[in-house]
Amino acid sequence: MDTTQPQHTNRQYEEDLRELRAGLIKMGGLVESQIAEAVDALVNRDSEKAREIIGGDAEVNRMDIECDQRCLNLLALHQPAAGDLRFITTGLKITTDLERIGDNAVNICERALELNEEPQLKPYIDIPRMAQVAQSMVKDSIDAFMRNDTVLAQEVIDRDDVVDDLQHQIYRELLSYMAEDPRTIGCATKILFVSKYLERIADHATNIAEMVVFMVNGKNIKHMDKSKSTR
Amino acid sequence: MPDKLVTRNLSAFFGKVRGIKSIDLNFSANVVTAIIGPSGCGKSTLVRCLNRMHEVVPGAHAEGQVLLDGEDIYAPGVDAVQVRRRIGMVFQKPTPFPTMSIEDNVAAGLKLNGVGLNAAERDEVVERSLRQAALWEEVKDRLRKPGNSLSGGQQQRLCVARALAVKPEVLLMDEPCSALDPISTARIEELLLELKADYTIIIVTHNMQQAARTADYTAFMYTGDLIEFGETRQIFTNPTRRETEDYITGRFG
Repeated sequence: MDTTQPQHTNRQYEEDLRELRAGLIKMGGLVESQIAEAVDALVNRDSEKAREIIGGDAEVNRMDIECDQRCLNLLALHQPAAGDLRFITTGLKITTDLERIGDNAVNICERALELNEEPQLKPYIDIPRMAQVAQSMVKDSIDAFMRNDTVLAQEVIDRDDVVDDLQHQIYRELLSYMAEDPRTIGCATKILFVSKYLERIADHATNIAEMVVFMVNGKNIKHMDKSKSTR
Repeated sequence: MPDKLVTRNLSAFFGKVRGIKSIDLNFSANVVTAIIGPSGCGKSTLVRCLNRMHEVVPGAHAEGQVLLDGEDIYAPGVDAVQVRRRIGMVFQKPTPFPTMSIEDNVAAGLKLNGVGLNAAERDEVVERSLRQAALWEEVKDRLRKPGNSLSGGQQQRLCVARALAVKPEVLLMDEPCSALDPISTARIEELLLELKADYTIIIVTHNMQQAARTADYTAFMYTGDLIEFGETRQIFTNPTRRETEDYITGRFG
């Protein structure tokens, strides 16, 4: 939906679309902060905070259902077409990706709670870096959605490689710990899981960015060679 | 699909006022083409030009060409009545001849065209046309009842049967469902999908969902201009023109 376009003649429709947009942006902001806090809870070994974030997932789930319901109402009551239709179907998909990002933040907290029970294997260096990139991807994908910005969306898609590389790096490092001392396997595997969750978060952000390109251009770039998706 | 009906630089005038402006459109054979656009955009005027009904309005005339199978229906010497036999029309409100029986309504076009048929041939045409219009089962036991004894939806299908009786090649429908309830509308829409196997169908509609449901191609008109023409799927998911997008998403002020 192009925000520079004239408003709909039907004010209720206009209002419903605006509410859907606002709801998605709010949900995006919430999960984005959950990623940051989840990684903080892990790095600072703060179990209290981890539990708090796990408790906060109910709000994300509530917003997910609310956004779904708004999309369904819009489809049923207003027979949307063209850009509006693409905006609403994008909304339906984005909400699922956001909800999963929230779940991944919860997963990080669950592993953090387990890891905090044991002595720290090593200082976390690459995990926070990875989290930062993944979080920026989520933020930018939502900004791209907000502003119909396909250039920013493409940047998000391109950034996924950075996260994938970091994950591979973490994997190799942890592998060497485990090979050296099998007693580290328990902790190392959990940290490996955390890196996998962050990698999944980046994938969800990539999905959102791809949907933004579809929403704006009507062109589906999913499952394409990354290097030439929006161009 | 080959082009059945083609307009070239077609303009229509009411006195000096130009109602539609230099329209170039190709209507493929055996597909449904919908014409959409806000009131007064020239949709009805365009279809009325396609079978020379426009010139029936006092002071009105058309310029440009309308090619039916490559031949200009506006060429000198072409008989407008013959054109209208080949290009049939169904109007907004059901218009059966009220006092005529159902079967006489169906056969009326043949009679007016001076087609002489014996009773058996006539019965056959009546049945065939009513079957094609999906009305036969509902009226076969009361063919001699007056046309206006039917419900609005049935009356409209009766008008479709009347149009089909003369075996036209093209069927023009000017808002055929605007006076009908949703069930009757669904019947007519279903009928369109069946009829397109044998006819070229052009439908004017205010109901965009109707265009989306029934048409293979859609033309969007605005203030007498053809703004966009394309596959219905493309028009309704990703139109290329801003005006089309604004109209189909309900942003017209």
